[in-house]
Amino acid sequence: MATTDNQHDSQSVDLARYARQVRYAPLGEAGQRRLLASRVLVCGCGALGSVIANTLARAGVGYLRIVDRDFLELNNLQRQVLYDEADVAAGLPKAIAAANKLRQINSEISIEPLVTDVDFTNVEELTDGIDVIVDGTDNFETRMLVNDISLKRKIPWVYGGCLGAEGQTMTIIPGETACLRCLMSDTPPPGTTPTCDTAGILGPIINVIASMQAAEALKIASGSLAAINRQLTIIDLWDNRIRQVNLESLRASGECAACDRGEFPWLAGERASHSAILCGRNAVQLNPSDRAQASLDQLAAKLATVGRVTQNKYLVRASIGDYVLTLFADGRAIVGGTDDIATARGVYAKYVGT
Amino acid sequence: MPEPERLQIVVNGQPRAVAAGSTVASLLQELEMTARHVAVEVNLELIPRARHAEHLLSAGDQLEVVTLVGGG
Repeated sequence: MATTDNQHDSQSVDLARYARQVRYAPLGEAGQRRLLASRVLVCGCGALGSVIANTLARAGVGYLRIVDRDFLELNNLQRQVLYDEADVAAGLPKAIAAANKLRQINSEISIEPLVTDVDFTNVEELTDGIDVIVDGTDNFETRMLVNDISLKRKIPWVYGGCLGAEGQTMTIIPGETACLRCLMSDTPPPGTTPTCDTAGILGPIINVIASMQAAEALKIASGSLAAINRQLTIIDLWDNRIRQVNLESLRASGECAACDRGEFPWLAGERASHSAILCGRNAVQLNPSDRAQASLDQLAAKLATVGRVTQNKYLVRASIGDYVLTLFADGRAIVGGTDDIATARGVYAKYVGT
Repeated sequence: MPEPERLQIVVNGQPRAVAAGSTVASLLQELEMTARHVAVEVNLELIPRARHAEHLLSAGDQLEVVTLVGGG
């Protein structure tokens, strides 16, 4: 009986490495065993995600699924604490570099890295068997999608977002607390809100918000739902403001399209875009409408005729004039050197084809 | 004609004067903010969007207009 064996395994695991955490009475040995049996999805592994994944791996969350669509660049190291210069030099996707690092930190847990974009076509699969979703994404489209799947499958998730020196976090327990759409009924149109590119971002606020998110995830995964923070927390480390906003009245107002009416347009693909400007990267991701495995070898050979090409197991990169074109095995492309979607599409069409 | 009465309120920690009779909705309009993208708290109570147009502001009100941030 697999279940019985697992329970037996979980009981026999040595908890010595978690001694200081087990000593903390509200968690205790029972909470630690629940953590070891829990499965957490870290959705995006950039700045927030790398702090979250680091903290959860050290804490002994038994299974971490880490999904990220991007690869490492030197300007990530200012705030993305899991990575180093060697990872950048190797041109590794963030999910892979994160898994390599986390396995050195804790070899006793399972880590599943996935190099892909979370979208409506794969979010069901990515959340299969998951107990908590922790938000490490850099955009509202993905967060709305996560909010939809969370409510539909009744999986708690922890929102976090940062910009400049400001950060925010809230915990969503489906059917119990307000959700992201209670707070914001629609995503702002692209280009109307400041981004990491325009406003910049400071490392310390990332660590503060991601640590709060990780604490919330630990509470949920260890079964301490009563301890979760039911307020939206807003912190500005430069203006020295800390605010807590009570969301009870939003939940009670009953006007949310998602949690009151069960409308999930992001999950239905009605709000899906096939391109995204990447936060702080001067780069645009293009997503094919039909995702298919691409042959990296063929793409490398083709691009070698127009620019300088490098390749690893996960991606092909070509420097062509002012642009750096990165192609992933799942068919996605990231066009660096522009934050204009039309320009990026033009570069892609010219060198890869439509 | 007498000057229309102005009310002193505080928005995100900054003092601000608004016309008497102002509502949460009219303030958002003045701030050029869209209700769909923000949450508004008046004196520590969050005002649901459906009540923005009817919620009158009073002198001394403390408001927080929360815009979610998306980086990470």
